[in-house]
Amino acid sequence: MSAIRQLAAIAAALSLVSAFSSAALAQKKYDTGASDTEIKIGNIMPYSGAASAYGVIGKTEDAYFRKINAEGGINGRKITFISYDDAYTPPKTVEQARKLVESDEVLMIFNSLGTPPNSAIQKYMNQKKVPQLFVATGATKWNDPKEFPWTMGWQPNYQSESIIYAKYILKNKPDAKIAVLYQNDDYGKDYLKGFKDGLGAKAASMIVAEDAYEVTEPTIDSHIVRLKASGADVFFNITTPKFAAQAIKKNNELNWHPLHFLNNVSASIGSVIKPAGFEAAQGIISSQYLKDPTDPQWKTDKGMIAWNEFLDKYYPDANRADASVMYAYTVAQGLEHVLRACGDNLTRENIMKQAASIRDLELGGLLPGIKVNTSATDFAPLSQLQLVRFKGETWERFGDILSGDVGG
Amino acid sequence: MSAAEEVEVVTEGQAVEAVPKRAMTLGYGTSLVVLAALILIPLFVKNFIIFQMTMLLIYGLAVMALNILTGGSGQFSLGQSAFYAVGAYTSAILMEHAGMNYALTLPIAGIVCFGFGFLFGQPALRLSGVYLALATFALATAMPQLLKLGYFEHWTGGVQGLVVTKPDAPFGLPLSQDMWLYYFTLVVTIAIYIASVNLLRSRSGRAFMAIRDNEIAASAMGVDVALYKTLAFGVSAGITGVAGGLGAIAVQFVAPDGYTIQLAISLFLGMVVGGVGWLPGSIVGSAFIIFVPNIAEGISKGLSGAVFGVLLFLVIFLVPHGARQVAIVAQQLAAKLKKN
Repeated sequence: MSAIRQLAAIAAALSLVSAFSSAALAQKKYDTGASDTEIKIGNIMPYSGAASAYGVIGKTEDAYFRKINAEGGINGRKITFISYDDAYTPPKTVEQARKLVESDEVLMIFNSLGTPPNSAIQKYMNQKKVPQLFVATGATKWNDPKEFPWTMGWQPNYQSESIIYAKYILKNKPDAKIAVLYQNDDYGKDYLKGFKDGLGAKAASMIVAEDAYEVTEPTIDSHIVRLKASGADVFFNITTPKFAAQAIKKNNELNWHPLHFLNNVSASIGSVIKPAGFEAAQGIISSQYLKDPTDPQWKTDKGMIAWNEFLDKYYPDANRADASVMYAYTVAQGLEHVLRACGDNLTRENIMKQAASIRDLELGGLLPGIKVNTSATDFAPLSQLQLVRFKGETWERFGDILSGDVGG
Repeated sequence: MSAAEEVEVVTEGQAVEAVPKRAMTLGYGTSLVVLAALILIPLFVKNFIIFQMTMLLIYGLAVMALNILTGGSGQFSLGQSAFYAVGAYTSAILMEHAGMNYALTLPIAGIVCFGFGFLFGQPALRLSGVYLALATFALATAMPQLLKLGYFEHWTGGVQGLVVTKPDAPFGLPLSQDMWLYYFTLVVTIAIYIASVNLLRSRSGRAFMAIRDNEIAASAMGVDVALYKTLAFGVSAGITGVAGGLGAIAVQFVAPDGYTIQLAISLFLGMVVGGVGWLPGSIVGSAFIIFVPNIAEGISKGLSGAVFGVLLFLVIFLVPHGARQVAIVAQQLAAKLKKN
C-alpha cells in the first residue's frame, strides 16, 4: 500500500516538475481538440456571398492538410480541418465560431477571413482563450498581444506596406506632388493612414489630391481624370484587382505617367497587369512578399516546383494565377511549422507560445530573404516586403528587404 | 369555414392572400406546448445551442414584424434589414458610448425605428406591390453604405463596427450569460407576440386587413388608408428595431456588413416559408433561415448555395403556403384520429 502511495507521490511530483520545466515536451499534454491521433482545426471562410472569391483559400488549405495527412500527419496525428461558411457576415461568423469552439470542440480557429468577421469574434475567442491564429486580413489591429493574447495576424499589414512607399518617396522624390486613389472601406483607409503616417509632417503639403471610390462602382475612370487634373507626379493606387487594372489602363489612355505605386493587393501579373496591358504597366512600383506564380522568373524555383507538385496531386483544378492559392499554401505551411514545434504538448497555451516564437522561418512561397518572425510582443509574423518594379513582362525586385512593423 | 377551405382562399389579382384573423394564431393548447418547449429546452443543451435558439427568437421577431406588414396590411418590404440595422446600432451606440443599460436601449431602439419606419411609410404610400418592394429594396442597399459614412464614424465605428459587451445575469442569478440572454429575449418575444396578436385583433388590425383585402372598400368604410398604411410600416419597423437591438447584444458586434440586402431577403424568405399572415409561422421561418444554410453546407460545401436553392424550391413547390399549411394538415389529421 505504502509503495503505491509513494509511487503516486513521485508521479505527482514529476508532473509538477514537468509543468514548470521544458521537460514538458516528453509529457503528452492536450487541450480540447487534440488527442493522440487527431488535431482538430476550425476555419471560417466566405464560401458564398460577395467575397466568395476568397473561398479558394479554405479549399487550398483543406488540400494542404490532406497532403499532410497522406504523408503521415504531424507527429503521428492527423489533422481534421473543419471549415464553415459565414458569407462574410459578422453575425454568421459568430455563430460559426461558437459552433466550432463549443460544438465541434476544435483546438483553434485558423486563418478565418476578413476584417469585420474577425473583429466580430475576437473578443469571444479571447474570453474563451482559444487561439485565433493567423487571421486572413491585412488590418493592422491584429498585432496587439497585450489586449488580445489569443489573436495573431499573418501577412504584412497594410500600414507597414504604405509606410515603405512613403519612405521611398521621401528619399527619392522629396518634392513629389502625390495623388491617392483608395477604396472607401477599412482596407483603403488603413493603407491611407499608414501612408500619411509615413510621410509625417509633410503629408499635408505633398498629397495634392485624394479620391475615394466605392467598391460597387462599375468603373473608376472619372476618378483618374480628376486625379490627373491635380497635376500630381506621383500616384498611389490603393485599389483591388479589377479597379487596379482599370486604373493602369486609364492612365495610359490619358497619357498620364506619374511615378505609379500599386498596392500589393493588386500586384498579380495574371489578374491585373496582363488584362491592363504590359505596355501600360512599365515602371510601376509595388511590393511583394509572396512569389507570383504567373511570373516567369520562378519557373525553375524549388519552392514553386513543390507548390506545383502539391497542386497537381491534391488540388488539380486550382486556378494557379490566383494569388490566394499561394497565400493559403504559405499560411498552411506556417501552421504546420507551429504544430510541429508544439510536439506532444498540444495545449492552446503552447500553440500561442510556439506561434509567438518563430525565428527566421523561410517558406517556399515567400520571396528569397523574407522570413517569418514573431515574439511575445510581436504578433505580426510577416512584416517584410521587397520593392518591385515592373519591367518587360515581370516584376523586377530592387533594393533591400524592407520592414515597417506597426502595432495595432 | 373549415380549415381546408381556408387554404384555398386566394383572392385573385391580389399578391397577398386574405387570412382571416382567427387563423393568425395558434390554439391555446399548442401555444402552451410550444412555450413549455421554449422554456425547458435550454436547461438541457449546450451554450452554443442556447445561442442559436436566441438567434432563432430574434430572427423570429424580425420575421413576425414583416408578417404584420405583409400579412396584415398587404404591403411588401425588402427593406427590413435597414430597420434591423438602425435598431442594432441604436442599442450598440447607447450601450457603448452612453453606458446605458441594455434593457433600456431596446424600447429606445423600437421607438427610433418606429419613427424611421413611419417617416419612410409616408413617401411609400404612393407605391404599391412590386414598386413598394423596390423602394424598400433601395433602402436596404443604401443602409450599409450610410453606416460607413465618415460623419457618423465617431459613433458607428465605420467599417470596423462596434463591439458590444454581453450583459451578465442580474441579481446574482446563477445563469450563464447565454442562458440569461435567452430568457430575456424569450420574455421580450412573448410580450411582443401577444401585443401583435392583440393589435391584429383590434380595430387597427381590422383596418390593416381591410386595406390588405381591398383598399377602395376600406376607404369607403371610413378607414384612413394613409394613416393605417404608415402605421403598419411604423409598427413593423419598431418591432424589427427591437429585434435588431437584441441581435446586437447577442452577437456582441455590429458592423455594416452584417446588415446587407441579404438579411432583408432572408427575412422575406422566412416569412414566406413560415406562411404569410400566420404569426406563429415566423418562428418556423426563422428556423429555416438559420438552420437550412447550415444543412446545405453540410451536404456540399462548394455548392451550398445551389443546395439551399433546391431545398427552398422544394419547400415552395410542396408547401406553397409554408408552415401554416403543414400545421393545418396536421390539425386535420389529429381531428380525424380523434373521430376514429
